[in-house]
Amino acid sequence: MVSEKNMDGRDGAHSFALRLDGISKSFGAVHANRDISLDVKAGTIHGIVGENGAGKSTLMNIIFGLQTPDHGTISVFDSLKTIRTSADAISLGIGMVHQHFMLVPNMSVLDNVMLGSEGGSLLAEGREQTLERLQSLSKNYGMGVDPHALIEDLPVGIRQRVEIIKAIKGGARLLILDEPTGVLTPGEAAQLFNILRSLRDDGVTVLLITHKLEEIMSITDYVSVMRDGEMVAHRETTQTNPEELARLMVGRDVLLSVEKGPADPKEVKLSASSINCRSAVGNTLLKNVSFDLRAGEILGVAGVAGNGQTELLEILSGMRAATSGSFTILDQIVNGDSALSPSAMRELGIAHIPEDRHEHGLVLSFEAQENAILGYHHDDRFKRGLFLNQEGILDRCKTLMRDHDVRPPNPNLNASNFSGGNQQKIVIGREVDRDPEILLVGQPTRGVDVGAIEFIHKQLIRLRDEGCAILLVSVELEEILSLSDRIMVMNEGEIVGIVDQAAASQEKIGMMMAGIETEAAA
Amino acid sequence: MAEFAYQFLLTLDATFRLATPLILCAMAGIFSERSGIIDISLEGKMLMGAFVAAAVASMSGSPWLGVLAAMFASVILAVVHGFACITHKGNQVVSGLAINILASGLTVTIGIALFRQGGQTPPLGGTERFRPIEWWLVDTLDSVPLLGSIYRELISGHNILVYIALILVPLSAFLLYKTRFGLRLRAVGEVPKAVDCAGISVSFLRYRAVILAGLLCGIAGAYLSIGQGAGFVKEMSAGKGYIALAAVIFGKWRPVPALYACLLFGFLEAMSARLQGVDLPLIGEAPTQLMLALPYIMVVLLLAGFIGKASPPAAIGQPYSK
Amino acid sequence: MMPSSDLPRWADVVLLPLLNLLAALAVCGVIIFFLGENPFTALWVMIKGAFFYSGSLGYTLYYTTNFIFTGLAVAIAFHAMMFNIGGEGQAYIGGLGAGLVALWLAPVFPALLVIPLAIVAAALFGAAWGLIPGILQAYRGSHIVITTIMFNFIAGSIMVWLLVGPLIEPGQQSPQTPKFGESALVPKLHEIWGGVFSFLGNSPLNLSFLLALICLIGFWFLIWRTKLGYEIRTVGQNPEAARYAGINVPKIIVIAMALSGALAGLLAINELMGVQHRVVLNFTSGYGFTGIAVALMGRNHPVGIFLASFLFGAIYQGGAELDFEFQTITRDMALLMQGMIILFSGALAYMFNPWVSRVLKRWMTKQEAARG
Repeated sequence: MVSEKNMDGRDGAHSFALRLDGISKSFGAVHANRDISLDVKAGTIHGIVGENGAGKSTLMNIIFGLQTPDHGTISVFDSLKTIRTSADAISLGIGMVHQHFMLVPNMSVLDNVMLGSEGGSLLAEGREQTLERLQSLSKNYGMGVDPHALIEDLPVGIRQRVEIIKAIKGGARLLILDEPTGVLTPGEAAQLFNILRSLRDDGVTVLLITHKLEEIMSITDYVSVMRDGEMVAHRETTQTNPEELARLMVGRDVLLSVEKGPADPKEVKLSASSINCRSAVGNTLLKNVSFDLRAGEILGVAGVAGNGQTELLEILSGMRAATSGSFTILDQIVNGDSALSPSAMRELGIAHIPEDRHEHGLVLSFEAQENAILGYHHDDRFKRGLFLNQEGILDRCKTLMRDHDVRPPNPNLNASNFSGGNQQKIVIGREVDRDPEILLVGQPTRGVDVGAIEFIHKQLIRLRDEGCAILLVSVELEEILSLSDRIMVMNEGEIVGIVDQAAASQEKIGMMMAGIETEAAA
Repeated sequence: MAEFAYQFLLTLDATFRLATPLILCAMAGIFSERSGIIDISLEGKMLMGAFVAAAVASMSGSPWLGVLAAMFASVILAVVHGFACITHKGNQVVSGLAINILASGLTVTIGIALFRQGGQTPPLGGTERFRPIEWWLVDTLDSVPLLGSIYRELISGHNILVYIALILVPLSAFLLYKTRFGLRLRAVGEVPKAVDCAGISVSFLRYRAVILAGLLCGIAGAYLSIGQGAGFVKEMSAGKGYIALAAVIFGKWRPVPALYACLLFGFLEAMSARLQGVDLPLIGEAPTQLMLALPYIMVVLLLAGFIGKASPPAAIGQPYSK
Repeated sequence: MMPSSDLPRWADVVLLPLLNLLAALAVCGVIIFFLGENPFTALWVMIKGAFFYSGSLGYTLYYTTNFIFTGLAVAIAFHAMMFNIGGEGQAYIGGLGAGLVALWLAPVFPALLVIPLAIVAAALFGAAWGLIPGILQAYRGSHIVITTIMFNFIAGSIMVWLLVGPLIEPGQQSPQTPKFGESALVPKLHEIWGGVFSFLGNSPLNLSFLLALICLIGFWFLIWRTKLGYEIRTVGQNPEAARYAGINVPKIIVIAMALSGALAGLLAINELMGVQHRVVLNFTSGYGFTGIAVALMGRNHPVGIFLASFLFGAIYQGGAELDFEFQTITRDMALLMQGMIILFSGALAYMFNPWVSRVLKRWMTKQEAARG
């Protein structure tokens, strides 16, 4: 119904929906895309996988005209095209569903769908037509979208369907979806895939960007792998497997081996009981979270991003208050009535390496030495009464840079001028400096080069052996598996189960992350 | 009692006259701010409009040429604002402030150079300005009690710009809610990226919005100097642009509620003028300064969420970059 | 607040501001030309009027004093990423504080007591007028720009009410207070050190200038050498990181706004106790707004703020000289120049950035080629 189709449901008029040849794009010194070539067969679902930062989103923005490539050519439906603006892309029959929805929250579904193709200078002219189109699309693909609802009142899954309707309403024959399932529950994701399959059967070519391998395996016909801004492999999905794709994505042996002895857990340092947390609009973020963390162990928290790990870290570090429940941290009971600030937590001996060092861990426009005391500026070493102790701060920063191998070791350099790995070392060096009794760690190696990863992992093991209680949150399952002594799996704000490392396998944890298998909490 | 009613009627009449520049500027502010561009330069654009209207009317003898010239001059300032905020992604508050100060300086400087009257324009004669329009049947209806007076004082007897301002409110609402341009304008102030992704130029849309604001502020300025007044006086906008901004916020960035806010603020000003030095029963001397400050106080209370809630367009103040 | 620049630091801090200033002056020059005067003659008149005529430097420094106070006020709020556009109102209310102390205490107590108390009162009153918008922003989410604009007008209404009512000089018509007593007058520099400062002539430059210099130095220490300054800058640069660090973000916003208001309030010491010797209507006459230009040009740094204040002081004083020399252009040129400078140094601050960075790059490669 969306375009001409032949007997097998494929778009028969064209052989390729999209061909890229030698596309390059750099931002300053960063090569986001390097000499990328890609063929997408018409009438197929084509997946593109790669780690965060591999350059997938840049490539899609180029195809959709939001960015212009430095070099290279694009052919759409077998003819060479120049795409300078999104209007060009739309007129060529390309539709895009962005990772962050492009919807106006305080307008109706219908108004959002009309935006850009109003059908005349007065809205009344195109309104009926759009309404009909919207309703028929919604019905054909079983989307159940109410045209008159306000976007802000709709759940995420429905909003995404509005985006799909927006993208295909004008008869788009190539639909790009950028990380569409990142915000969806498994149920919603399954429904999305059904919609995508129906679209393909109607002749629409689907280009699916994701970093989740199971999605690639379950829905795509072809898959291309990106790494560090380059296209490294193309496969027919039935001819490959997740292991091969994973290896292609990371470009190194997937199994990181970390040398560590057996853990020697001692007394309980942190005991959470029935922590609940709701968002400002009332969504459940954490539900009855209870666990113990002991001195001398690493408790890994596994889960798909956005399943409550962030909130858990924020609550335990004092940045956020739990809605109900309590936890005992170093013999101090914390609940709704006695919330502790992050500084009070630090005073107790709790350190926190935040998940996002740019958002929380560092002030990028500050010098390294100023960042070296962030959160600790009340420490006696760094102050003289109301004043800062310049020598104390400088000394501290120099020591930190030496101990943690921060390069370049220049305390006056702004934090923004260090590489990701060195930025992370500054954060970690700062947090472990006072020998914390409890260390809360979020995504310790996100966006960090391989050398630094090894260094950081060794440090965490050393701290554990010195008796520190470590709670490790990471979306990298490999990291969790290789570092943790016990693994706690979270799904939709709940603990699915806690398993010993010896009993854990990638498959088992993966199932639990999807909320499938529940084990009694250890 | 009849005297009180008549006095009240005169106050309402003054309300319309005082509210007119507020209404025009408020509509201007709504267009600019709904597109995502903060506009504290309503004041400066109106002042510039006032000066140019009076200068051109004085030199050409035609008030209509005055209005057109005022709209043109005000649009130039609006384009400067757009150039800074849209093209160069400058700070919108700073740009607005610069335009206000520029307008203060330019009007007086050019005024002195042209007319040598300390920054004023020569007083305008009858045909050089807009005069009250007497509606038909005013004299006939005079005999009807109450309604006659209402017709004569309230409905009839304003200059053309007052009526234009009132007509522009439903027109603005229509433009904003019933047209393609309005839909895109509302969207670009909330989620500019959505507009960009729909293949619409964010910059062009925003330029059109600020130019529209310039046109309206130009009319407002012309009203001050060749409608309500008879010539330009230094700083004659006297903070009205800021009151209009308050009305925009008070009307939650919607034309019709903003009209009500303008009328309310105009009424307060009219009352305070009428009650200057008057002793009221129980209160004593009328608190005219309080009445003049009330619009500002109300906006502060509103923004702080003490009386309702006002949420500005989500993308306001943020330059758009891809 | 501003797009960050990829230029070398010296170009960012010196070259770009200078280019912006030149652009602003050039546009003003074109306007003067079209008004029928020679812009270079006008510039020379302004320079003479600002620096060379007897006593003119004193006037320039007197204006500079005002701009230092309001510029610092805007800058300290900027460091917390708050846009305080309410310096005007805060200075006005600060004048009320100073005025009340002067009117009540000066008849009885000596200057050594009255003046410090008046300074404290001006700062406290100004602080209060900055504090309330700060609280509304920090705890109720009110937009600081709008609230401070509104507070300017509310301050105006309060002062009109007081000056035509309770505080008016008995038996007088003009809205102003009685003259302050002797002990509430801040001594002029030429009065106390006439010998040394004879070049100041009969200018209004008074001891408040020293207070302004102390504030400049104090500002530097506060922002870059104290824990509070560290917290203010952290909140301004990355409020999320501040929250992570356990800094009470709303509290710091309120403190920064109070300090901002206090600095603006000190303008009253120079203007009222140093020069007018009574509280008069609209004595702030736009100094609060100019403070925004000063802070922008001075990049929120005391050295820059001093230089920018001096520049604006010279423009004000030099602009006044235009009245005497020309028929067509007057001191209102100063207002025009100020508007242009805010436009080019503020709103269009980075307009020349791409161009400068291209030229610099070409120049540097040439240098390297010559060396290699």
